[in-house]
Amino acid sequence: MPDATGLELIGQELGSAVLDTVFFRERATLVIEPDSVRDVLAHLRGEGYAFMASLHGVDYYPEEPRLGVVYELLDMARVDRISVKLRVHSQAPEVDSAMPDRPGDRGWPTAVHQEREVYDMFGVVFRGHPDLRRILMPEDYEGYPQRRDFPLGGEPVTFTYNDPKRPPATA
Amino acid sequence: MNPVDPERLRVRELGATQLLRGAEIEGRTQPAHLEGEELERHVEERVMTTTLDKAVAWARSNSFFPATFGLACCAIEMITIVASRVDIARFGYEAFRASPRQADLIILSGRVSIKMAPIIRRLYDQMLEPKWAISMGACCSSMGVFNNYALVPADKFMPIDVHVPGCPPRPEALMHGVLKLRKMVQDDPDSSWRERYGAVGTEEALPGA
Amino acid sequence: MSPVEHETSAQSEKLSEYRRREQSITLSEVDRPGGPPDAAGDGEPGETRQELLTLNFGPHHPATHGVLRLLVTLQGEVVRDIKPIIGYVHTGIEKTAEDKSYWKVIPVIERMDYLAYYFNAMAFCGAVETLVEVEVPKRAQYLRVINLELNRIASHLFWLATSALDLGAISMFWYCLRERELIVDLFEMSSGQRMHTRYFQVGGVIEDVPRGYAEKLRSFLKLMPGRVDQYRALLNGNEIVLARLRGTGRLDAESLLALGVTGPLLRAAGNPWDLRKAQPYCSYGDFDFRIPIGTVGDNYDRLVVRLAEMDESVKIIGQALEGLPEGPYMTSDRKVALPPRHELATSMEALIHHFKLVTEGFRVPPGEAYYPVESPRGELGCWVRSDGSAKPARVHMRDPSFVNLQAFSQMAEGGYIADMIATLAMLDPILGGIDR
Repeated sequence: MPDATGLELIGQELGSAVLDTVFFRERATLVIEPDSVRDVLAHLRGEGYAFMASLHGVDYYPEEPRLGVVYELLDMARVDRISVKLRVHSQAPEVDSAMPDRPGDRGWPTAVHQEREVYDMFGVVFRGHPDLRRILMPEDYEGYPQRRDFPLGGEPVTFTYNDPKRPPATA
Repeated sequence: MNPVDPERLRVRELGATQLLRGAEIEGRTQPAHLEGEELERHVEERVMTTTLDKAVAWARSNSFFPATFGLACCAIEMITIVASRVDIARFGYEAFRASPRQADLIILSGRVSIKMAPIIRRLYDQMLEPKWAISMGACCSSMGVFNNYALVPADKFMPIDVHVPGCPPRPEALMHGVLKLRKMVQDDPDSSWRERYGAVGTEEALPGA
Repeated sequence: MSPVEHETSAQSEKLSEYRRREQSITLSEVDRPGGPPDAAGDGEPGETRQELLTLNFGPHHPATHGVLRLLVTLQGEVVRDIKPIIGYVHTGIEKTAEDKSYWKVIPVIERMDYLAYYFNAMAFCGAVETLVEVEVPKRAQYLRVINLELNRIASHLFWLATSALDLGAISMFWYCLRERELIVDLFEMSSGQRMHTRYFQVGGVIEDVPRGYAEKLRSFLKLMPGRVDQYRALLNGNEIVLARLRGTGRLDAESLLALGVTGPLLRAAGNPWDLRKAQPYCSYGDFDFRIPIGTVGDNYDRLVVRLAEMDESVKIIGQALEGLPEGPYMTSDRKVALPPRHELATSMEALIHHFKLVTEGFRVPPGEAYYPVESPRGELGCWVRSDGSAKPARVHMRDPSFVNLQAFSQMAEGGYIADMIATLAMLDPILGGIDR
């Protein structure tokens, strides 16, 4: 991991895109503006973090902005990891997709399935994603299951006191 | 109609003499001494059918063709049952068939998710009668470890004959479940859900057909 | 029957586009106008059309490893496009994990990648141990390494069994599963369960190994390298397997890295990235082992790399067993781990700790941590967010098969269908991990 000073230096280089730097348990996290995600990723790729290990979503219910997207980047040459986190409001959950190529910036093809999963589970819409459909739930499912206010669901467990088929005890 | 009455079960144990005497004819309280035509017809109906039924049930139970249907972790233990330590070929069930048209036993091994349930139902419907289903593992029998929005217990969408508990059940446990099914088919084929609901079977409902 | 039929035909207009597509028969033709120009020789562009056949390798198919659905677009026998459709065994593991206390999450999270169950538990326990800042004793780390490497061998054996079955080399199935039974016996000896053993707990392992375990493990280690040589001899001497695997499914390391692929797939392409060597965790730095890599990146290299990894795992286990230190197998931090039972009779604090741990579970300070391990399929990471309570607020497993599946279409395009099956087998997807 970049140590605390390294993280601060990266944060300064990125300037206004960075909202916060967190160095917790030897792990570095940059919290950035949602709109600047492509620029931040491109800059970090230039720094050497060229491998995107994971792209996943979080729900910070009930604090707003509620939906977070976390990008785990890995620098294989220097064996360094850094996390990039952004948070979007649940009213306007839109983020630029990391997948498509841009002029001057290669895309991250590994983001295809992972962004679809974040869309499926949290409802974050990725602008520019070539095929944003649900990936794990059936495509016409309603609701975003991994949001914290979505009920867990499941079958009720029947015990003797709430078994509908059992005749009520007499006396 | 109702769960099988033990009295009716004992019918099959009756010796030949009692059969011939027509002791089990409905409604009669005393043994009827049948003679001539009636006796012959009675013998044909009862004795021949019973023996033939028994023979057919014996053949069916000793040659299940399981469908190669593995969903999740229980599939690993189901595949282990084909391997050499717990050898399912000892009992004659090693002919796993991929096509549901050729299989008669579907072992639901693993968790059934919402997306998969209609597909499993369609596969079960495509199987030809007689067919049986074993629900292997806790996830398809009840909800198992995961009691949540994504899973469906198998009893909700298809009729199951034997439930094998475990997470995952040992191969020996699954073997015990298959052998229980074998015993059920051999000895008492009418005690399954078909008799209870008066159903003939399930068929595939083709869209728009 | 008929009322149902009327309903479905009347409702079909109301069905969504997705449902209507799913109801259609599984074959569909997509024709592309404009075949080879001037086929009739009359100066006009030819009327012949190329037909691309879109075939559904449904979720129920003997060759798909688990319930993977592939929409394959074929031109003759050549694969032009593959779209994998997943989600058929989605279990909502991550959501279920939010509802349970931390130690209860371990059995839930183990069932994700169901062939590498110790690795799932290791990633989660590692993430929670980072957050709680608890030290895992050395003996527990070595026991973890032994079990992880045994699980790696078992996973590769099962992969080899089913992949060889796909290719038609059916004998491998019996031999590999015979060895896997030995490993699973060892798991049963140490933890009581064959699969999904909940052996790893936060802070160590749940129990020490019983008497007789070391002897049985040693006899297994003596046996295994010979067996791996036998598998190599069987497969390398088989012309058909070689012809099917050599040169097929090739993808270079650059594209694999861009797609996020790690593990034996990346190592077969020549990149020696292995987390056990690069970012040693759980005392992997104490052991001396090599990383097998391939040269070309085709299916044959993947086979060879995995076979060699089995050999290396045997070496690691041997070293861990010989060097197994004495000591506790679980951390003594009573806020995290249960106190030993004999203390409950004498110490009041032990009783209170036991009570709090069993009813509520231990609390984890708020924070987020990502812990990657090297699973048999690649980088398996667990990202845990805790909010200070006894239940995790978010558990995300970065599953290697989920990311590796994105490389599948590039690997198999341009090859034949049979090569696609071989590539799928060598890709080693585990649908439990893909769908979670």
